[in-house]
Amino acid sequence: MHKIVAAEFLAPDIKRFEIEAPKIAQKRKAGQFVIIRVSPNGERIPLTIAGSDVLIGTITIIVQGIGKTTKEMNLLNAGDCIQDIAGPLGKPSHIQKYGTVVIVGGGVGTAIAYPVADALKKAGNNTIAIIGGRTKEFVILEDEMKKVSDVVFFTTDDGTYGYHGFVTDKLKEIILTEKKIDFILAIGPIPMMKAVANLTREYGIKTVVSLNPIMVDGTGMCGGCRAEVGGKTVFVCVDGPEFDAHDVNFEILERRNRSYLADEEEALKNHLCRLNLNAT
Amino acid sequence: MPEQDPVERSRNFFEVNLGFTEELAKQEALRCIQCPKPSCIEGCPVNIKIKEFIALIAEEKFSEAAAKIKEDNILPAICGRVCPQEEQCEIKCTVGKKNEPVAIGRLERFAADYERIHSGIKIPEIKKKTGKKVAVVGSGPAGLSCAGDLIRMGHEVTVFEALHDLGGVLIYGIPEFRLPKEIVKAEVEVLKKLGVEFKTNFIVGLTDTIDELFQNGFDAVFIAVGAGLPHFLNIEGENLIGVYSSNEFLTRVNLMKAYRFPEYDTPVFNCAGKSIAVFGGGNTAMDAVRTAKRLGAENACIIYRRSEIEMPARKEEVHHAKEEGIEFIMLANPVKFIGDEKGWLKKAVLQKMELGEPDASGRRRPVPVAGSEYLINIDMAVVAVGNGSNPIIQKTTAGLNFNKWGNIEVNETTMATSKKGVFAGGDIVTGGATVILAMGAGRKAAAAINEYLTNPA
Repeated sequence: MHKIVAAEFLAPDIKRFEIEAPKIAQKRKAGQFVIIRVSPNGERIPLTIAGSDVLIGTITIIVQGIGKTTKEMNLLNAGDCIQDIAGPLGKPSHIQKYGTVVIVGGGVGTAIAYPVADALKKAGNNTIAIIGGRTKEFVILEDEMKKVSDVVFFTTDDGTYGYHGFVTDKLKEIILTEKKIDFILAIGPIPMMKAVANLTREYGIKTVVSLNPIMVDGTGMCGGCRAEVGGKTVFVCVDGPEFDAHDVNFEILERRNRSYLADEEEALKNHLCRLNLNAT
Repeated sequence: MPEQDPVERSRNFFEVNLGFTEELAKQEALRCIQCPKPSCIEGCPVNIKIKEFIALIAEEKFSEAAAKIKEDNILPAICGRVCPQEEQCEIKCTVGKKNEPVAIGRLERFAADYERIHSGIKIPEIKKKTGKKVAVVGSGPAGLSCAGDLIRMGHEVTVFEALHDLGGVLIYGIPEFRLPKEIVKAEVEVLKKLGVEFKTNFIVGLTDTIDELFQNGFDAVFIAVGAGLPHFLNIEGENLIGVYSSNEFLTRVNLMKAYRFPEYDTPVFNCAGKSIAVFGGGNTAMDAVRTAKRLGAENACIIYRRSEIEMPARKEEVHHAKEEGIEFIMLANPVKFIGDEKGWLKKAVLQKMELGEPDASGRRRPVPVAGSEYLINIDMAVVAVGNGSNPIIQKTTAGLNFNKWGNIEVNETTMATSKKGVFAGGDIVTGGATVILAMGAGRKAAAAINEYLTNPA
């Protein structure tokens, strides 16, 4: 059991947790994830580690409540416990001095991009960040990103904050105005990562994305997380989660992520029913 | 042995075999002629004192029989269920030369179950503490048997398990209807009572490397991580929705209890009324296809590229599968999978095969018949064509030699690897094999580790 030390909402349904996991806090590197099981009958879901505090032995996890498990997790508060946490899993991000790098974070993807941005900044890169959200509330980690970037741009789909448009619109603007961009990291919803990949392919800029397939064990044992990269099948949990954006088959990823949509809806409906019963 | 009715059981996950009654067990034990030189024992990878334990059952000393088995095998309720006795002890049985061999496996199971149910599992004795610490990596059959021996030799033992539950393949792979999880839990509980420490959610290589285990005070390490990397067929359409590795399908159902969704959160392909094909001919393939049937599949079939004689699955499993209405399509190999516009599997193209010359395994090689391709309609496919070795240990451990298949190279007598103080056994050394072979390797390694710790070279 892992105790939650702190928990706060960053945006509607997006919650940040500091959870006791001293061993993982010590070991984790930017880009790695953990498998979490919230409760004894729970499923195993992968969540990227957004940060850690080695001294107090906690890891930071930022969760968007979408399905039953993530919604259930977002009901937890400081003092509550998480059943199981295993990790750190996956390959760490490849960090080097590229020169000028652009970090693109969309929605909760910003939480995953943040530790990598931090590492890239520490490696001596000139770091530009673009943080996007559907609307102002979903632009998260503003202060944190400012600390680890030379410049930060905000975009909202509805224009309620920062640049009115998609992250790709802003990215294109930067590509056209900036002298040279050496590396781009894009993490967010699949359509966003796909759009970034399509854009930067035109300009031949090396671009990396972090994939978020369905997983079970997270250690290469089941192959449920397989994706197609460069025409080959990869296991995202052990071969990734980061891959060259220009090689990723996003259609297959998107489809496979919908495998259990009907079941997820059923589970969620059940869960909400029970919550309502408890409330009345 | 009494069994659940095939039609009834093909809709539930309760155990198929119901076990001997006391009377049946005694009758069966009395069939043993107590050979002066029992060859059955030679057939057992851990040399259980078969003759002696059967004599005890014949005398109705059931708990004593269990204790006798446990002198050599710490997990008898498991082995009594999943060992291929027909190829090991029973094939050597003298009675079996003219009649049915004595049902050694069923008697082993009976004794272990009797003890668990009636007298409570006895905790074996432990030798004086040596102060040495051993890390066992993986809580499957090799790891558990090694831990069981080492703790009784007086060493401190910690078992590290990557998943959240203990038992490895016994928990995630073998289905409830063949090996109830309560039995695995009970046998693990004995090890806990003996003082074995278990750490779940600990991925050796990532949470701590093997070198770090030594730095943290362990004197020896036994690697028993199994064959945890599923092979796929490498054919077109394999990433369609509805194509599973046997590992994923079985892990969802067994470890995560997807058959009880939504009481448990993990879903699995909704098999109800669907057509399901499992590719492969081993025990895992049988487990997967029988699981699909229990999940409500209307048609569930095995598709295998050789003929039935070459199937590596136990005869009992094949027999049970047939009784439950599983269809067997032999001498056919998938060429590609075809999906609908949303990416769901709908069809497979199969090619007919014929048997050619024997290959390296001694079995006749399947050869494709040109122009014999045909289509079948399927909604879900499970690929059960074996496992490779998981790369995590290999990538994170310097000084360990691996063969070209990624299996760890060991001295076959001592299970010692090329790295000082590190031993390995089970599927990570042999490639996918059986529970009892893994247990045999675990016991061999325990003896060698004991020697290494008490008389360091």
